[in-house]
Amino acid sequence: MLTFITKRIGLALAIAALSVTLLFIIIHLIPGDPARTMLGPKATPELIAEIQARMGLDKTLPHQILIFFGNMLQGDLGMDIFSNRPVATIVFEQLPHTLALIFSAIAWSATLGIFLGCFSAVRRNSLADRLTGILAVSFIAAPAFVIALYSLLLFAVELKWFPAIGAGTPGDIGDIIWHLVLPSFAIGLSWVGYIARLVRASMLEILGEGHVRTARAFGLPEKWITYRYALKLAILPTVTVIGVGMGFLLSAAVFAEIVFSRPGLGKLVIDSISTRNYPVVMGSVLVSTILFVASTTLSDIVNAILDPRIRQAK
Amino acid sequence: MADTENTKTRGEFAEIIYHLVRDPLGCTGFVIVTAFVFIALFADFIVPYDPIGLNIKDRLQGPSAAHLMGTDQLGRDTLSRVMMGSRVALQVALPTIGGAMFIGILLGMIAGFGSRTVDNAIVLFFDTIRSFPTVMFALAVVALVGPSLTTVIFVIMMTSIPTYGRVVRTQTLSLRNSEFILAERSLGASVARILGVHILPNVMGPLAVLAAMDIPTVIGLEAGLSFLGMGVKPPTPSWGSILNDGYSLIRNTPWIIVAGGIPLILTTLGFTFLGEALRDVVDPKLRGTK
Amino acid sequence: MGTDILTIRDMSIHYDTPRGTLKALRHVNVNVPKGKIIGVVGESGCGKSTLISSIIRLLAPNADMASGSITFDGKELYDLSEDEMRGLRGTDISMVFQDPMQTHNPVLTIGRQMTDIQYRDDKTAEQKKARAVEMLTQVGIPDPEARLEQYPHEFSGGMRQRIAIAMALMARPKLLIADEPTTALDATLEVQIIKRLEELQADIGCSILFISHHLGVIAELCDEVVVMYAGEVVEQGSVREVFHSPQHPYTKALLECDPGHIKKKTRNLPTIPGEIPNLVDVPPGCAFAARCPRVFDECHTKRPAWTQIKDGQHALCHLAAKESVQ
Repeated sequence: MLTFITKRIGLALAIAALSVTLLFIIIHLIPGDPARTMLGPKATPELIAEIQARMGLDKTLPHQILIFFGNMLQGDLGMDIFSNRPVATIVFEQLPHTLALIFSAIAWSATLGIFLGCFSAVRRNSLADRLTGILAVSFIAAPAFVIALYSLLLFAVELKWFPAIGAGTPGDIGDIIWHLVLPSFAIGLSWVGYIARLVRASMLEILGEGHVRTARAFGLPEKWITYRYALKLAILPTVTVIGVGMGFLLSAAVFAEIVFSRPGLGKLVIDSISTRNYPVVMGSVLVSTILFVASTTLSDIVNAILDPRIRQAK
Repeated sequence: MADTENTKTRGEFAEIIYHLVRDPLGCTGFVIVTAFVFIALFADFIVPYDPIGLNIKDRLQGPSAAHLMGTDQLGRDTLSRVMMGSRVALQVALPTIGGAMFIGILLGMIAGFGSRTVDNAIVLFFDTIRSFPTVMFALAVVALVGPSLTTVIFVIMMTSIPTYGRVVRTQTLSLRNSEFILAERSLGASVARILGVHILPNVMGPLAVLAAMDIPTVIGLEAGLSFLGMGVKPPTPSWGSILNDGYSLIRNTPWIIVAGGIPLILTTLGFTFLGEALRDVVDPKLRGTK
Repeated sequence: MGTDILTIRDMSIHYDTPRGTLKALRHVNVNVPKGKIIGVVGESGCGKSTLISSIIRLLAPNADMASGSITFDGKELYDLSEDEMRGLRGTDISMVFQDPMQTHNPVLTIGRQMTDIQYRDDKTAEQKKARAVEMLTQVGIPDPEARLEQYPHEFSGGMRQRIAIAMALMARPKLLIADEPTTALDATLEVQIIKRLEELQADIGCSILFISHHLGVIAELCDEVVVMYAGEVVEQGSVREVFHSPQHPYTKALLECDPGHIKKKTRNLPTIPGEIPNLVDVPPGCAFAARCPRVFDECHTKRPAWTQIKDGQHALCHLAAKESVQ
């Protein structure tokens, strides 16, 4: 188990380091100079040179990457040139809002998705199963930001059941949850579909396996077999997918934050792009990438903890 | 035997269409996708109004006989803009999927047929690309080079490569050690011949399914980025930019959002249904199980 | 019939398939006397699995019982409600399956699975665990208490099959159905498991329906043998009678093909010529007619009757019917 975790974390660190480097290289291969972009067309060459020096852009690429990693390990993501505050501070101020949105979306969509998947699997090929299947596919296909717009239009603007703007008063849990409902609904909907289909497929596979036959031959109650015996196995691939889902939800969250004017990483990036605040954009993208890598790693480890076959593998 | 399986005869193609149309969802998908492509191709001829022509007098109207989906803040006919928007969607989807598939096939085959080191390196590359949250990555690039359709196509293509590459790699790996390939190799067939004649036709089926399922994602992403103002430049209508107009006018008129969202949802649904049906047909193991 | 724990009379099971109605079992007769071990032999596809599933009433959803009855311990099984039937499974009737690697749930400990199947018993968790330990000891699992905490993948195939037997016998059933329990194991393990099963059967006094394609094992272990061919039971009788004076030509052919019976050295192993009939479109008359060396006109037109040869030995053959009349 310990070896597995160590190996998995090692791989995650390698991927994180690689993706950060790759991001750096891609940005450098793309025509365009951050300093010039930030300062606009009227900037004097002296000013550009000064900003380039402050951002470390005058050094060679490998040198820049080394400096960047060195700083990153100390929690330093550079300085916001406009407000002169550390980028890390700005990003971590916004991060909790995005995390709350993503986790609430995962929580409700996984619960409903697992339920629908089981429901479908035990009623295989019935009308209810087919309808759930079509519903699931439709959920998957619907783009999150359109769902966000439609629910904003219907539930916030027309019906006025939920607030349209913001993340709620800080400290007031009820108000915060109240503001979370619509965005969380919008970005979680397609995950209900994904998870329902996944759970249905793996449930059907498992319900056909020998050990389920054994359980039936011993007269165990059917509910017991479905929920305590089969679901425990069927949930394993779902755990992995939820980890990957974090990346999709990070993307969907950008839209939800814009549509509902919520603070968060996505809104921070969009605002920073319009003010050409380049270091903040990079910092946010970096943090979200690392977040994504961490969540896939975590889900693999949780999976290993839940599955004794992996847990005890040497 | 392998050869007869590989070559897609005309009869087989007709068979696929037959199975698609017999499945109600597949049929729905087929009709929607055909309509979408038709509108995108012939939008110039069938739009009722000039999609970028201003008509301030008729601004912000609801649906009427003259304007079936109403008008926007500049009096432009929403229906015409939505129809034109399908062209942008197609313009982005085709090169993106095509490019990603091409690079994916190339890298996947190299990984599947190459040495262990090459394979590991390519897989690590795939995993790395997959670890970028797509939209965040797109925003980082847009922040540097500025918004444009080319940027959108480049970014979505980059992030889609692993989807195709991984499938091709797995298929290549499993075919590489199959008996008929080993027999070919022992007869001295070149690697290029094996890849081109045997492996490529075998991966096309799964890739077609994957592409049909991926198109909705790409169209959704394009619309999303255009909605954020990171895609097409005004006044070109894209479903995303129409939705953006509608968003800023949400308290004036709901019609623009409704009109901009429906074709997007319909198209993504259509391609998804088509992809699902296609998968059932292409993968005979799954045929009839649903 | 009062001495039988299980009686199957004239039972037919049909499957509804895209290619038509598959008549997997046709007018089958089997009886299992109390306290006896009955072997079932037949080639793959002859309906052995359908027979087992029909007894425990766990048939596939597309299966239908077209005729006949199954009487277990005086009760007609197909008159019971689903709950009443479930009450019999694992208590009065239990099963050991063919593949020990797939018998247990991979993410639950053996102990959990062994206590779960005692859910009907009014016992404390400690008592259930003690019962599990006792059963594991009986089937010869060393250090049973510690092993209860382990997961299935930590046991070898032979160990897992012993555990499966322990679980099946936990409630002291009246009938144990063993579906080729030793096929997946190697020969030495097979002998050990058969010995253990024999001892436990003597101790509990249950009946065993033992499915196998290994004639040697059947001869060693069983009191009676049931021979199946293409969805029909063609012969039943004591092991001694059936093995020494087989009445049905198929039984004869089967015995001649068994490597254990071949005394002469030969390069060519004997086989039965011809193919199994199509079970969707079953020919009238005897199912074995097309392959039978002693076939005559009536065999192609008229279905043979289930004929008693001598006390306890029955065969489904026109020849047997003729001879018994004479």
